[in-house]
Amino acid sequence: MSLRLTALDALHRSLGATMTDFAGWDMPLRYGSEREEHLAVRTRAGLFDLSHMGEITVSGPQAGELLDHALVGFVSALGVLRARYTMICREDGGILDDLIVYRTAEDEYLVVANASNAQVVLDALTERAAGFDAVVRDDRDAYALLAVQGPEANGILAKLTDADLPGLKYYALLPATVAGRKVWLARTGYTGEDGFEVFCAPADAEQLWTALTEAGTAEGLVPCGLSCRDTLRLEAGMPLYGHELSTDLTPFDAGLGRVVRFDKTTNGGAFVGREALEKAAARAGAEAPRKLVGLVSEGRRVPRAEYAVVDAEGAVIGRITSGAPSPTLGKPIAIAYVDAAHAEPGTAVAVDVRGRPEPVEVVALPFYKRAR
Amino acid sequence: MSNPTHLQYTKEHEWLTAAVDGVSTVGITAHAADALGDIVYVQLPTVGDTVTAGETCGELESTKSVSDLFSPATGEVTEVNQAVIDEPALVNSEPFEGGWLFKVRVEATDELLDADGYTAFTGA
Repeated sequence: MSLRLTALDALHRSLGATMTDFAGWDMPLRYGSEREEHLAVRTRAGLFDLSHMGEITVSGPQAGELLDHALVGFVSALGVLRARYTMICREDGGILDDLIVYRTAEDEYLVVANASNAQVVLDALTERAAGFDAVVRDDRDAYALLAVQGPEANGILAKLTDADLPGLKYYALLPATVAGRKVWLARTGYTGEDGFEVFCAPADAEQLWTALTEAGTAEGLVPCGLSCRDTLRLEAGMPLYGHELSTDLTPFDAGLGRVVRFDKTTNGGAFVGREALEKAAARAGAEAPRKLVGLVSEGRRVPRAEYAVVDAEGAVIGRITSGAPSPTLGKPIAIAYVDAAHAEPGTAVAVDVRGRPEPVEVVALPFYKRAR
Repeated sequence: MSNPTHLQYTKEHEWLTAAVDGVSTVGITAHAADALGDIVYVQLPTVGDTVTAGETCGELESTKSVSDLFSPATGEVTEVNQAVIDEPALVNSEPFEGGWLFKVRVEATDELLDADGYTAFTGA
């Protein structure tokens, strides 16, 4: 099957990007050094093509009620032009995907799913829409998505738009004109830095990319690939579906029970997965079998996804979900599910790195938090 | 980066110099370093170890993955490059020069490619 190309494909190739197959899309992995791209986002700014993300528009008089029924969040309580991190679960509480929902109008929401799950989410929303006066529309081809992330992102955007950036709070969005193009400008991201995500028409993507690149030259903005996006989100302790999240886990297992809103008042409080999630909440409160923790190594060999976490006797007490050398900390870091008895920050455990135990210390997430 | 013509190559993307007093220098190619991305840690054999052509003798960690280092020759390791242990990024920036990995007293090698053969093999 041929890979899907974003509207910026020719531009990535002209920049010499190393491309990779990501969920069926041919995406930039890195343009040069992924470490340099990572550090640029932490200290200056980076520009990403995220057009593989799955946009789904839900509209109609009962759009909010539908999303309250279909997702675990209290979506209809969201103010217009605000955004929320939430999840969609199965009836048994297993996570189908994690999402950001933007309320774009009184009766319209933009749901952004992971590329790998976009079809699953679209199918689930369509099925769950039965009986609601609302329309679920596949808008994957209607948008390209660019992200400008980093401490200089605000200054760079300010050169290209009259939009009220100081008034645009974290997890809010605005209809804006950027470099002469109409976009949805959202203050969201997946890097642990301040920044923006720009939803635009695919036909406008190249012109916006070029304008952002030129506006950011003085600030040291660089194009960034998915490789550094992964290490940035890992340092920020943000979960990635397929690693920290899966259908085998509930939001409570992942330490993200706060996204489940049992206090919803719409639909009589009923939503898909409620009964299973109430049990999961009770279980997590009483005796969580495993907890999601951070691990930091003082060594140089890197704990990677799927490696076993072991105790002093070599018994398996957990499993790594993501791991990488941290450019910011200068040492290997990992996220792992670890038996509750070993999950306290400061606990010394080890990771079986291809047959040899590497000592690591349990730490609280995130590894990195920006100064505000 | 083109592949220097004075070196010989393996299909595992190592290079090997012609022997001087029986000792050859070993490294990985620019093609391999590019494919790995930023290298953050190299684990090399120890001086005095005997390595075997075609067999694993170390590992290279990059941001995204870890790869085995295969020896292009059989023989005793006579020297390792402390500079790349201290600064693994040298393998990316100078794969054919300052980023060399170790030296080996060559007793035997597997089939080796010349620069043109290796370039053709990598499809460049």
